[in-house]
Amino acid sequence: MATTTDISTTPTGTEGDNSTPAVAVKNVHKTFGIHKVLNGISLSVGQGETLAVLGRSGTGKSVLLRLIIGLSQPDSGSIHIQGQNISGLSVDQLGAVRTKMGFLFQHAALYDSLTVAENVAFPLEHHRREMSKSERTDRIQGLLAEVGMGGSLDKMPSDISGGMQKRVGLARALALDPEILLLDEPTAGLDPISSREIDELILKLQREHRMASIVVTHDLFSAKTISNRLALLDQGNVVVEGTFEDLQQCDIQFVRDFLKHS
Amino acid sequence: MSGLGATEDTGIRVRPSGRNTMPASVIVDSISKIIGNFFEWFGDLGIFFWQVVRAAVTPPYEWRELMRQLDEIGSKSFPLVALAGAAIGVVISLEARYSLSRFGAKSLFPSTLVYSVIEVMGPIITGLVVSGRVGAGIGAELASMKVTEQIDAIEASAINPYRLLAATRIVACMAMLPLLTISADVCALLTGWFAQALVEPLSFHQFIESGFHGATFNAFFPPTFKTVVYGLIIGLVACFQGMRTKGGAEGVGRAATNSVVLASLFLILADVVLVKFILVVFP
Ligand SMILES: Nc1ncnc2c1ncn2[C@@H]1O[C@H](COP(=O)(O)OP(=O)(O)OP(=O)(O)O)[C@@H](O)[C@H]1O
Ligand SMILES: [Mg+2]
Repeated sequence: MATTTDISTTPTGTEGDNSTPAVAVKNVHKTFGIHKVLNGISLSVGQGETLAVLGRSGTGKSVLLRLIIGLSQPDSGSIHIQGQNISGLSVDQLGAVRTKMGFLFQHAALYDSLTVAENVAFPLEHHRREMSKSERTDRIQGLLAEVGMGGSLDKMPSDISGGMQKRVGLARALALDPEILLLDEPTAGLDPISSREIDELILKLQREHRMASIVVTHDLFSAKTISNRLALLDQGNVVVEGTFEDLQQCDIQFVRDFLKHS
Repeated sequence: MSGLGATEDTGIRVRPSGRNTMPASVIVDSISKIIGNFFEWFGDLGIFFWQVVRAAVTPPYEWRELMRQLDEIGSKSFPLVALAGAAIGVVISLEARYSLSRFGAKSLFPSTLVYSVIEVMGPIITGLVVSGRVGAGIGAELASMKVTEQIDAIEASAINPYRLLAATRIVACMAMLPLLTISADVCALLTGWFAQALVEPLSFHQFIESGFHGATFNAFFPPTFKTVVYGLIIGLVACFQGMRTKGGAEGVGRAATNSVVLASLFLILADVVLVKFILVVFP
């Protein structure tokens, strides 16, 4: 947690940081039918920074992550990845941006016709064609060992538990050495020991690669451990943003309730 | 059920003005909605097709996935297609013998069998069998990938799912249908001859000789290769239905059913056009 000190901890985040943020979400609205999910939300994450996103079920945390990687488009507002607005990009340009990003889906979304190792190999086969077969095998084994799945290379996704699928999904998200990591509840469904291991891994990536991460989580302990800043969402917007201490000192009733029950 | 009826009833009667015109306008509304949905579906299909074409013609090409699909579609459909062909051969053989002998034209048996199998029955039977087997398979596979976010995961890995999933399957369908049609034809001719030979001595050599006597390129080539269009229809409709699926396991089932129903329907409709087209272009 020593890493928190060198990052601006003002509640709004970006001021004081004059380099381009890795991810900037600006005044984004998203509606499904008549259901308003995101309501003018703004967020930003600097290089090497980890933002934990908290909020009740159904507040649009997953929707937010999907917007950031361009899987759906905002109704209004804009999303910038390393300074580049992604809404007007062609398929190829968006692809180039996406190769810099790793995405862990809430339900892992492993390819069910491929083995665990093939799942992790998938992005490498498509984007690191120059890699030799043995290099690739080493890389896959290394990644899977790092998430504690080194022993299940040839298992099918349907034959491993939800928590294990999650870890394989994380290994797949890390395959291309992303600069930006988007994780949707990486420790949900994991036992406390595995959860802490994943936390350690995220901290290590942040330290060694200055990776920018947005981590959606319901695990307050994990959020406190891995993040420089936390953002609490409610009704499609940020209620409060800041360090864990800032959140604790906040006297908005919703924030107090949220922390009390976590 | 009754609840639905009741709300419709009140919907019609509740407004005080225009009591007589309301039911008619409701009917007009729902018809125009159906027509609107139909055109919307076609529009989306057109956009989908365009995206697939654009992805398919630009590198990187997904050779490995294409090989896998060729194998999958070809080898999985072969037994069914062969069986269907064999059964059709016997049916045509029995029917042909009966009607030809009534008109005293028994000597025409071989060519009747050959023409009905290769020009008419082989292609359409293959098309329908493949649309059932492969259409449902692709529809369900892609739909389940869609609802479990696997297609999103492909996209998030900066890989174009139109290229990886749709283009490969559609091309594989187009390539495999003529081959499968030929195997259905062969099976049908074999069983058709065999059914006849059981009743009257007829050597296979004789049968082929007189069956294909005077046969031209125009008679056999276009009917077999028009099935490329069937392949396009089956692959396109199944991929489209699969990749636009919404709503869990139920959606997956619906996608599989709709793929088969729509693919079979369009295949038969397309056949009307194709037959006419072939008659005009290859007289
Ligand atoms: N494709 C969609 N179509 C319609 N509604 C959607 C769609 N995606 C999300 N929603 C709606 O948006 C809202 C937010 O969903 P989201 O999955 O982002 O919640 P969440 O904050 O991630 O919740 P959880 O913590 O349970 O994962 C939900 O009410 C959901 O029904
Ligand atoms: Mg979620």
